[in-house]
Amino acid sequence: MASVGSVEPGARSELTVVEDAVCTFCGCVCDDIDLTVENNHITQAQRACVLGKAWFLNHAIDDRPSCLIDGQPAGLEDGYQRAAEILTGGKYPIVYGLSDSPCEAQRVAVSIVDWIDGTIDTTTSVCHGPSGMAFQGVGEVTCTLGEVANRGDFIMFWGSNPAESHPRHFTKYSLMPKGMFVPNGRKDRTCVIVDVRKTKSAKAADIFLQIKPRKDFEALWTLRALAKGIELDARQVESETGIELSVWQDLMDRMKAAKFGVIFFGMGLTMTRGKHANSEALLALTRDLNAYTRFTAKPNRGHGNVTGADNVVAWRTGYPFGVNHNRGYPRFNPGEYTTSDTLARGEADCGMMIACDPMANFSQPAREHLASIPYIALDSKETPTTRAATVAFTVATYGINAPGTVYRMDDVPIPLRPAFKSPHPSDFEVLSNIETRVKAIRGVRS
Amino acid sequence: MTEMFILIPGRTSDQGCGISEGKFQEKYQKQITSLQVAPGDMERLALAEGDWVRLTTEFGQQVEVAVTAAKKDELPEGLLFIAYGDISSRLMGGDTHGSGMPTSKGIDVELEVLRSETA
Amino acid sequence: MTKDLIKISQGTLYDPANGVDGEVRDLWIQGGRIIAAPSDPATKPARTIEAEGLVVMPGGIDMHCHIAGPKVNVARKMRPEEKRKAEVISRTDVTHSGTLGSVPSTFATGYKYAGMGYTTAFDAAIPPLGARHAHEEFDDTPCLDKGFYVLMGNNHYVMQSIQQNEPKKLKAFIAWLLTAAKGFAPKLVNPGGVEVWKHRQAGNVSGLDTEVDHFGVTPRQIVSQVAQSAQELGLPHPVHIHCNNLGMPGNWETTLETMRALEGRRGHLTHIQFHSYGGGEGDENTFNSKVVPLADYVNSHPNVTIDVGQVLFGETTSMTGDGPLGYFLSNIYGGKWFSSDTEMEAGCGITPIKYKNKSLVHALQWAIGLEWYLLVDDPWRVVMSTDHPNGGSFLAYPQIIRFLMDRTYRQDVLKTCHPLVGRRSTLADLHREYTLNEIAIITRAGPARILGLTNKGHLGPGADADITIYTPHENKEIMFELPRLVIKSGEVIVEQGEVRDSRIGKTLHVAPAYDVDAEADIQEWFEKYYSIRWRNYPVDPSYMHQPELIGSPNHGN
Ligand code: SF4
Ligand SMILES: [Zn+2]
Repeated sequence: MASVGSVEPGARSELTVVEDAVCTFCGCVCDDIDLTVENNHITQAQRACVLGKAWFLNHAIDDRPSCLIDGQPAGLEDGYQRAAEILTGGKYPIVYGLSDSPCEAQRVAVSIVDWIDGTIDTTTSVCHGPSGMAFQGVGEVTCTLGEVANRGDFIMFWGSNPAESHPRHFTKYSLMPKGMFVPNGRKDRTCVIVDVRKTKSAKAADIFLQIKPRKDFEALWTLRALAKGIELDARQVESETGIELSVWQDLMDRMKAAKFGVIFFGMGLTMTRGKHANSEALLALTRDLNAYTRFTAKPNRGHGNVTGADNVVAWRTGYPFGVNHNRGYPRFNPGEYTTSDTLARGEADCGMMIACDPMANFSQPAREHLASIPYIALDSKETPTTRAATVAFTVATYGINAPGTVYRMDDVPIPLRPAFKSPHPSDFEVLSNIETRVKAIRGVRS
Repeated sequence: MTEMFILIPGRTSDQGCGISEGKFQEKYQKQITSLQVAPGDMERLALAEGDWVRLTTEFGQQVEVAVTAAKKDELPEGLLFIAYGDISSRLMGGDTHGSGMPTSKGIDVELEVLRSETA
Repeated sequence: MTKDLIKISQGTLYDPANGVDGEVRDLWIQGGRIIAAPSDPATKPARTIEAEGLVVMPGGIDMHCHIAGPKVNVARKMRPEEKRKAEVISRTDVTHSGTLGSVPSTFATGYKYAGMGYTTAFDAAIPPLGARHAHEEFDDTPCLDKGFYVLMGNNHYVMQSIQQNEPKKLKAFIAWLLTAAKGFAPKLVNPGGVEVWKHRQAGNVSGLDTEVDHFGVTPRQIVSQVAQSAQELGLPHPVHIHCNNLGMPGNWETTLETMRALEGRRGHLTHIQFHSYGGGEGDENTFNSKVVPLADYVNSHPNVTIDVGQVLFGETTSMTGDGPLGYFLSNIYGGKWFSSDTEMEAGCGITPIKYKNKSLVHALQWAIGLEWYLLVDDPWRVVMSTDHPNGGSFLAYPQIIRFLMDRTYRQDVLKTCHPLVGRRSTLADLHREYTLNEIAIITRAGPARILGLTNKGHLGPGADADITIYTPHENKEIMFELPRLVIKSGEVIVEQGEVRDSRIGKTLHVAPAYDVDAEADIQEWFEKYYSIRWRNYPVDPSYMHQPELIGSPNHGN
């Protein structure tokens, strides 16, 4: 397994610079950050955006204990043992999160789930899980971000607001770069943004289309019809989508005239009425357009290694998220084995929440149920989820204190370059220790 | 007095920075507890910055939250915006309609103006 | 009694690399390797495996399959529907659970290969930008030694060096790229054609002499110059070629031209079945086999080796680094389609497919594959493959062995196929039957030699103790699908299909020496166009599990 363990601390009070460090705050996974480190503190994060700066500069080591049991400071060994007992003691254990852990830790988490016949799910299920389901329906025509930078002459964002969620998206990958076949950068590209509100990103657009809320599917289906030259009722199109048919037609003409089009889409599609049907419409539209020119699509993934989580869970179980092992082998069913559901329906009876915050982000019934069952939480910060956990581990922050591998939103794997050592264990170390104990309890000899 | 709105929870830059600063710190807390309302709607409902409203969903989830005017043009009338967090989660239903994803954007809410806070 | 000394007693050995064809002998193992019989007849092994009446062969080697990395994993995610109805892989006290279908999960892949007596496998198409991913999956793929081929037939630096007539740069780049990716061999997939696909709707090259957009080079130049550089670098497996025009009627001429483009240099043409078609214009009526003239060329040109890419009837998933091919196939089958273009390097296409014996095209593909095994005279130059999962699963190997060893069975299946297959191919007239020795060649000794793996594919002293012991059976499919014992690096890992030991296995890679001064030019190009940093591109050696360097670094010119 690659580069696990911890970084050695630099000599005290010395100033060190870590070049080409990796920001894992969003799915852009910028790997060109130069960090200045003084006294176990990052004082500068060159090239990082506002979110990246907040990520790096606020990472002083948390002086909480590395382990809390029932809210009381405890030794790590006791924590590992208690965690293993919780996970092996239930009938329906769930493990959730993983999108802010390196792949090395994710792999251990999936092993644990296998040994306890548990259910594994990642934060994908509540971000682009619906896009993953859509992909299983129609496929996907896509490319890496460097292709966008070098070739993309028509860039569209649908239900995505990178100006606030992925601040370097425009400058590093999608709009500004002077690429091989778009030598003039922004001038060689057309940017279209479709959203239900005029987000901060809209400023970057040549064309901004404000569609009616919850009408993404209708809007995308309109474009699919126009791509195929099907005649539509102008009044109906406008009343359904909020945009005139002639505007859609003009947009389609531009799309077909593009040499290499790219559609980035966000949770504006997946979290609203239609969910996977919306993503499916968009992926199908992209596919249709390849009968006329080259077109690709890409979900703008949020967390730094949510893409790695999809990959790790898929290569080990065959399915990307929402995987149940209660019968001793993997089964997949979104809506049944996904965490929002196993919690809101009151099915899970113990769990482990890794680098995620369901106690803040989940529905009320899901949160209430989670609060009522024994569970373990791993996070580098204190969150509502760590506060309510039976066993809470404070872990070293990946990319800042802990090494490993992360996958950018376009599935490109990138090695982390941690800046300084944390007194807390990494989630890889915590999970490995729990796995050892789980195996002992379950009689696994692998 | 009540009126129907569509609520769009989403990400904001300050909310993102707030996550790194700490979820129990002021920046994050302020972001996730301010409801953005279109200026036109503010005016029509005679709402001032910091006034409180009550939101109720079709499934009966209810929250009370302070309002702030959305930046000009950002939000069409009839839409509300709030940064993801505790309040948006309270308004989400537990059902995912077999998708694993609760409806977390485009939620129908009934808005009731609460005068008491500023009166 | 000597610790860790194992004796396989009185097995019937098939070790063609050492000229042993079915002789009863003892085999001694120590420290994970085969050793010469101890000179002291009183030496007692710690363990004796009684193999009297059993067939002993080196472990199987799959030299062309798709088992790890970006596109394989996309295919796993894409096809939940076939897993739910497939056999389940339950976890045990020594093994992980997993899923099958045409694209098994990593653990399931390792267990199933080992269960069938295979101990080494090479993934055939990894874009270097995804190399780290492939290594991570290898680290979760047990029971096998593994390596992969690095996609470079559409790499911009390769094409640019050829365009600028800079053979030194090309050679250094190939060595640098293999080292950066920790890969095993250069792979050309539809050389030049994938780049054209990135430029135009349905773009592709039409033959060896089509110029590639922007770069102005031809597939012929790419083939011959990469083969030349690889030869100069002394690579153990110089170049692995997926020709242009895969699957197209009339493509046999492209294949012939590709072999000619090698100009006598060593080269391996992969899944050649998909490249051996007569006819044209997509008219099914003219689709026919051109194995005879192609096999003639192979028979008279010892620099060329091939693997077959056998098609089996049933459902599977097509996955390829050939982007335009993926588009073509998805339009034929009309199912879901995945395509991904990797910056500066490669493409990818994935779509579900189904081969039907009543379809003339599919039945011909099946027959053409078998013709290849039967028409190449020298078994050392033809290797068994299904291009897993493209022609079918690797799990079909035992069935293919039966087709080759049992002509009655072969002819019976032919009778169930579309009636025109008999006229459009020579299969009905081929009476050759493979011997066990020849099977040992095309599944282990041959691929080891073609790959330059001196420690594999044979049972002589010094070889890796990767050994499969079969129970003889009249029905060769039954014999080969369930070995009695499988030994990996000297340890019994499988007994009668049950996995006993799920060790991960070694990573096989090359690191040819090159002129480090050439790196500056590569770096300048890289930093101009890539979306990740130069420093973050090379795969750190820690990603490899028990790395084993193959071939000595070449310090010449
Ligand atoms: S864009 Fe995302 S990955 Fe890049 S610096 Fe900003 S937060 Fe970090
Ligand atoms: Zn292949």
